[in-house]
Amino acid sequence: MSKLMSWRELEIGCIVPEPGNSVRYRTGDWRALRPVLDKSKCIKCLLCWVYCPEPAIIRHEDDSVEIDYNYCKGCGICANECPVKAITMVPEGGE
Amino acid sequence: MAAVTRVKGQRRVGMTGDEAVAYAVKQADVDVIAAYPITPQTIIVERLAEYVNNGELNAAFIPVESEHSALSTCVGASLAGARVFTATASQGLALMYEILWIASSMRTTIVMALANRALSAPINIHCSHDDAYAARDTGWIQFFAENVQEAYDLTIQAFKIAEDKRVLLPTIINLDGFILSHSLEGLYVLSDDDVRKFLPPKEPVNPIDVERPMTYGPLALYDYYYEFKRAQAEAMKNSYPVILEVFKEYERISGRRYAPVKEYGMEDAEVAMVILGSSAGTARYVARRMRERGEKVGVLSLTLYRPFPEKEIVERLRGVKAAIIMDRSYSFGSPGAQLFMDIAAALYNEGERPLLINAIYGLGGRDLTPDQVEAAFRAAFEAAKTGVVKERELWLGVR
Repeated sequence: MSKLMSWRELEIGCIVPEPGNSVRYRTGDWRALRPVLDKSKCIKCLLCWVYCPEPAIIRHEDDSVEIDYNYCKGCGICANECPVKAITMVPEGGE
Repeated sequence: MAAVTRVKGQRRVGMTGDEAVAYAVKQADVDVIAAYPITPQTIIVERLAEYVNNGELNAAFIPVESEHSALSTCVGASLAGARVFTATASQGLALMYEILWIASSMRTTIVMALANRALSAPINIHCSHDDAYAARDTGWIQFFAENVQEAYDLTIQAFKIAEDKRVLLPTIINLDGFILSHSLEGLYVLSDDDVRKFLPPKEPVNPIDVERPMTYGPLALYDYYYEFKRAQAEAMKNSYPVILEVFKEYERISGRRYAPVKEYGMEDAEVAMVILGSSAGTARYVARRMRERGEKVGVLSLTLYRPFPEKEIVERLRGVKAAIIMDRSYSFGSPGAQLFMDIAAALYNEGERPLLINAIYGLGGRDLTPDQVEAAFRAAFEAAKTGVVKERELWLGVR
């Protein structure tokens, strides 16, 4: 997150003058459970990538996936959908 | 408003308060009007609809299905760069309530006439100041007109104040329902040319523009909401000197002098009455009769209600022993009605301050009689003499 502005620096009327700057607004800090991917079990079916509502599953060229923790809110849909149980939800702050 | 002086180029006409507001809005050459009919403001938008229909006013008149939609439409139009007007009263204002906050927080420049009417229940169409008070915390500038001339003058000035780049805040002109909205009075109106010069076309700040996309009305949580509110508080404070400037400029073209607070007999007053809206005339009438008998009474009436002219009121009440604060509304369970609480708060840190009595009057259009005003002054004299307020809350004329 960039430096927070003071009230004197804000644009009039709550306007955000720069389009698309929401990508810099990281929303992954509310997470209570963190999905952890075991790459050795992954079969590259991409169901996690399809179902993630954020989307916080990054798909690579070879269809392997990675979790984007900057935006993942820990909903657990990916872990629930994974047919080979390659994703487990672990408490944040734990291991 | 000080005594009317004839200024070249003005016409003397007879109009009701509603007609005078509509005429001012036409002369302000608004671009968009969105409103929903409600008594006692209906005539305002009826007249405006006629002006648009017969080609006297080149504006988009947008009929909507509710007041909520009316004000929402105004917000969009104002952000798109238009000069915008709406009018409502009572229940209509209540239905606009959530958008009132949005209109001010997004720094729109909407001008609204509020023909003050009591809130239900029981259903009533006559004057209380419930609606004006309901909007007092929503970030709108608010004026109170005492007569039809003021309703006209304040409407024209409201556009200039709201649209000033140092302000950018929506503005309400309160006019007492029926007492002003439907009463025919003689008034002076400016020439179209003079209004046009006083009020050049709006120069929008950050208007909605597809070539320059921006986010309007974003989400701001605990990281930024607080700062936006602080900036908004500053905007309201900054409006005060601009209001004084606009009053001065308007005096130059109209010969009519406006001030945040009007005073009568305050130079030597022992007891004073503070009041809003059309009843100020009755208060001054009684004060004049009492002063003729040597009783030192004074009247303060507020033309500007938000931002609250705190300093002016505190200065004028210096040396006064007891003051009656008149409220045409009631705040259930509060330590006094709305104007009373404002004034009590403004005075609290003053070393020397008057005792205060809160008089409730005129709810639902009940007349305020000279006898009631005199009785209130008597209660203040009693407090001034004994140094004790026996009853803080009076209900004038209630059975």
